[in-house]
Amino acid sequence: MPRQRDDRRRQRTTRIRGVRAGFWVYVGLGVVLIGSLFPFYWSFLIGSGDASTINDPNMSWIPGGNFLENAATVVNDPAVNFWRALWNSILSSALIAASVVATSTLAGWAFAKLRFPGSKPLLVFVVATMAVPLQLGVVPLYILFADLGWTGNIGAIIIPALTSAFGVFWMTQYLQQSVPDELIEAARVDGASMIRTFWTIGVVAARPAAAMLGLFTFVTAWNNFFWPFIVLDRSDPTLPVALSLLQSNHFVDYSIVLAGVLLSTLPLLLLFVFAGKQLVSGIMAGAVKG
Amino acid sequence: MTATATRVDESAPPKPNPGRAPRVISFSQRLSRWDLKVSPYLYISPFFIMFLVVGIFPIAFTAVISFMDWDLVRNSGEFVGFDQYVWILGQPQFWTALRNTFSIFLLSSVPQLIAAVFIAAMLDRNIRSKTFWRMGVLVPFVMAPVAVALIFSNMFGDNHGLVNSVLTDLGLPAIQWHKDAFWSHVAISTMVNFRWTGYNTLILLAAMQAVPRDYYEAATVDGAGAFRQFRSITLPSLKPTLIFVIITSTIGGLQIFDEPRMFDQFGRGGAAQQWLTITLYLYDIGWGQWNFGRAAALAWILFLIILIIGLINLLVTRRLVRDEGRR
Repeated sequence: MPRQRDDRRRQRTTRIRGVRAGFWVYVGLGVVLIGSLFPFYWSFLIGSGDASTINDPNMSWIPGGNFLENAATVVNDPAVNFWRALWNSILSSALIAASVVATSTLAGWAFAKLRFPGSKPLLVFVVATMAVPLQLGVVPLYILFADLGWTGNIGAIIIPALTSAFGVFWMTQYLQQSVPDELIEAARVDGASMIRTFWTIGVVAARPAAAMLGLFTFVTAWNNFFWPFIVLDRSDPTLPVALSLLQSNHFVDYSIVLAGVLLSTLPLLLLFVFAGKQLVSGIMAGAVKG
Repeated sequence: MTATATRVDESAPPKPNPGRAPRVISFSQRLSRWDLKVSPYLYISPFFIMFLVVGIFPIAFTAVISFMDWDLVRNSGEFVGFDQYVWILGQPQFWTALRNTFSIFLLSSVPQLIAAVFIAAMLDRNIRSKTFWRMGVLVPFVMAPVAVALIFSNMFGDNHGLVNSVLTDLGLPAIQWHKDAFWSHVAISTMVNFRWTGYNTLILLAAMQAVPRDYYEAATVDGAGAFRQFRSITLPSLKPTLIFVIITSTIGGLQIFDEPRMFDQFGRGGAAQQWLTITLYLYDIGWGQWNFGRAAALAWILFLIILIIGLINLLVTRRLVRDEGRR
């Protein structure tokens, strides 16, 4: 094939970039992409039909016209409390993301760039806490929040998530690589206080990693289910908890359920369209490399 | 960006001679020394204070509660020793849940990691519009597990679900996704795989890109084919990353709750506990039967299982991948 010869020549000139992909690689990736997107399309297909769509053996692959109507049913269902759930999700995810970014950047800066007795074992401890399952704390946390009268309050899902071991570890790794020690020494010699050094050098250098951490934390908090499901009232839910209520009715109309699914995913899809590149490159950058 | 900043700052004011010690210690210098000592601890304190309150305290308290018959009304407990653990271990449901959890965990993590390695290998080729493909692979990650579960439990409907329609169109028998234990595990694992494959792909891709391209060139010169190169260069280089990915997916996989909870509208793990998992069982004991002592004991059992499996994983992966790498 002439195409292949051409590829080989290009490969020789752009060695560092690796072998130019052939036709089958694109086919393979195309299949993966379709697999990734199909469930979204499927939920739109069902969500835009009516209650009978799901049982129709000759279901059409073209969406019906009922999506807005179904979405309106979800939004207006008093049992689901959609707007309240949306607000709770936005508020709690944003506060959690902001707090995790702030506390992780501070701690990551200390672990990466400041020398102090005990820093190594403390960092090991932080990493070790990542292995502790959430389930280990839910019973006492529930008792604690019940004591404080906070069950049913979204404070109960925000407070435990304000800091993150992953975040601290992530920031430590990033700052270690991206800020040369001489820069900090120079600033110290010039008489900058610790907090000023952090603010002018650390925070500026941390921005890309902070953006990724913020996005990642936001997505995780938004999608969290187990703890909110336990501690929140059904009348004052977050979106995943509200979604779970859609299905718990004994008569399940899937066209409404899946319209609700899409509706609740839409904000994150929009976020992903605008900031997904950042998230992707962040996940790539943070991986443990060989 | 950082590099330019460095250069600018280094060419800035010359450093004073470090050998000359100040004779008089002024207030500002004392303040600065104090600043140097205390600041690091101040910066890490938010994490540790929060961890003390919402981490250490609950874990220790869970241990205490697990030895008690907890009274919800009085909000205190009576010491009963290992009774709660004995009770849990004596429940057939616990063993069913354990079996289901492992089955779902294996069905999700093994195919998922294999798929992730191969998709990453495809993305590692020199492809056009890299970012587009990478983002495409990651889209499912933004969808909540609850949402994924609702979509897939619909597609895996026993009567008119999409998957069964396709199967019968192909002349195959329909599968009882909600009745048969094994097939319910397959369906739930599919949800997990859908959401997490892309994430793991990107992590593995990052590791692949860190492999020096010279290795491949040398191998090509030596006459090694694509598959041989993949087996002898790519896989061994992925070892640390693979261990990391396997450990994290173990920790997550053994805690699975959202997907089995949403697999039908009752959320109890099926009529005969076909897909009851440990965390689902924990929820049922704690917030269905309101028995916190037993729930706490189950939480500790789960933690010990995760620790043991994590260690086994670490040992096995080390050995396996090392063997792969022998040239």
